[in-house]
Amino acid sequence: MAKIVGGINVTHVPYIGRAIANNLQQDPYWKPFFDGFPPVRQWLAKVKPDIAVVIYNDHGLNFFLDKMPTFAIGAAPEYSNADEGWGIPTLPPYQGDVDLSWHMIDSLIEEEFDIVTCQEMLVDHAFTIPLELFWPDQHPCPVRTVPICVNTVQFPLPTAARCFKFGQAIGRTIESWDSDARVVVIGTGGLSHQLDGQRAGFINKEFDLMFMEKLISDPLWVTRYSIPDLVELTGTQGVELLNWLTARGALLGEVAKVHANYHVPISNTASGLLCMEAV
Amino acid sequence: MNTSKQKRVIPGTTMFDGEQARKGYALNKMCFSFNSAENRAEYLEDKEAYCDKYGLNEQQKKAALSLQVLDMLAAGGNAYYLAKLGGIFGLDMQDVGAQQTGMTKEAFKAKLVEAGK
Repeated sequence: MAKIVGGINVTHVPYIGRAIANNLQQDPYWKPFFDGFPPVRQWLAKVKPDIAVVIYNDHGLNFFLDKMPTFAIGAAPEYSNADEGWGIPTLPPYQGDVDLSWHMIDSLIEEEFDIVTCQEMLVDHAFTIPLELFWPDQHPCPVRTVPICVNTVQFPLPTAARCFKFGQAIGRTIESWDSDARVVVIGTGGLSHQLDGQRAGFINKEFDLMFMEKLISDPLWVTRYSIPDLVELTGTQGVELLNWLTARGALLGEVAKVHANYHVPISNTASGLLCMEAV
Repeated sequence: MNTSKQKRVIPGTTMFDGEQARKGYALNKMCFSFNSAENRAEYLEDKEAYCDKYGLNEQQKKAALSLQVLDMLAAGGNAYYLAKLGGIFGLDMQDVGAQQTGMTKEAFKAKLVEAGK
């Protein structure tokens, strides 16, 4: 059966893509952020995943508001990035794993997660930037991928409890796949930030640090909060932490922290990085 | 019987819910079209005609043409889509944040740095 080697949660701010393209990793503004990654890359080199299941939210590249799935999964042999309109570089395509995608679709729907299936799917910065950070300068990316989108854009959003259960179902389906593949689960987005409204620039360091700690020791902690609570505590886009929670759910059982980093600000965002493995 | 749930009020914050999604559909659809370089160029050529092509109402059109983010939000705009419009004019998130909070860009950036301390 396939093995989940662990999980990594990370911020996906678009401008990270530009910083990578312009080689700004050691620039004083970016250094505290980029310096978080070498330990994660070392861990990846040790655990050697074949496949990354990437849980993220689309920002209006693949999905528009005409059709907005709460949960969607890619089932394509290849995923292309494309122009998002912000002038960040477009990256080469990512290889899919159609066998795992369809195994996941079968099992998730059997478990009553009636996910939208996409045999064609564009992947935006929320998918590409984490892979660029984990496997820098490696094109094509050395792992096959399965993208999973969670709606964190148009309310109502799935509750934190639902996302955690969805993650657990993702974990079970990976572990029931008849394959010797090694799988890393990646959750992207957050942490606290708000782009819109008079409260733009809102950041909540105290909550973020507690969330990161609880994600290891007590992931159900955050399920006490409603979506409006989470907006209040983390900002209108801080709710992307749902992707982190989903990825944590997929790790099933207890985990230990491999490495963490937290730095404010990257653009308008509190950036977070949390690498976890099963104990 | 009042069947509608009372909305949570968070100062300075609009949750992009069904009401906003309905109200802002044309504006957001126009902004979504800016994923294409060709469409961005067409917008710059004749902004008003482009707004009309996407069926923006007067409120949306005025907000979009003046690039006033709070007005676009009030007209149902969603931050992720509005960012594509802002991108055409080289506005980054600190420009947008400064405009919405009535701060200078430098003061807004300083506020972000302060939040990390």
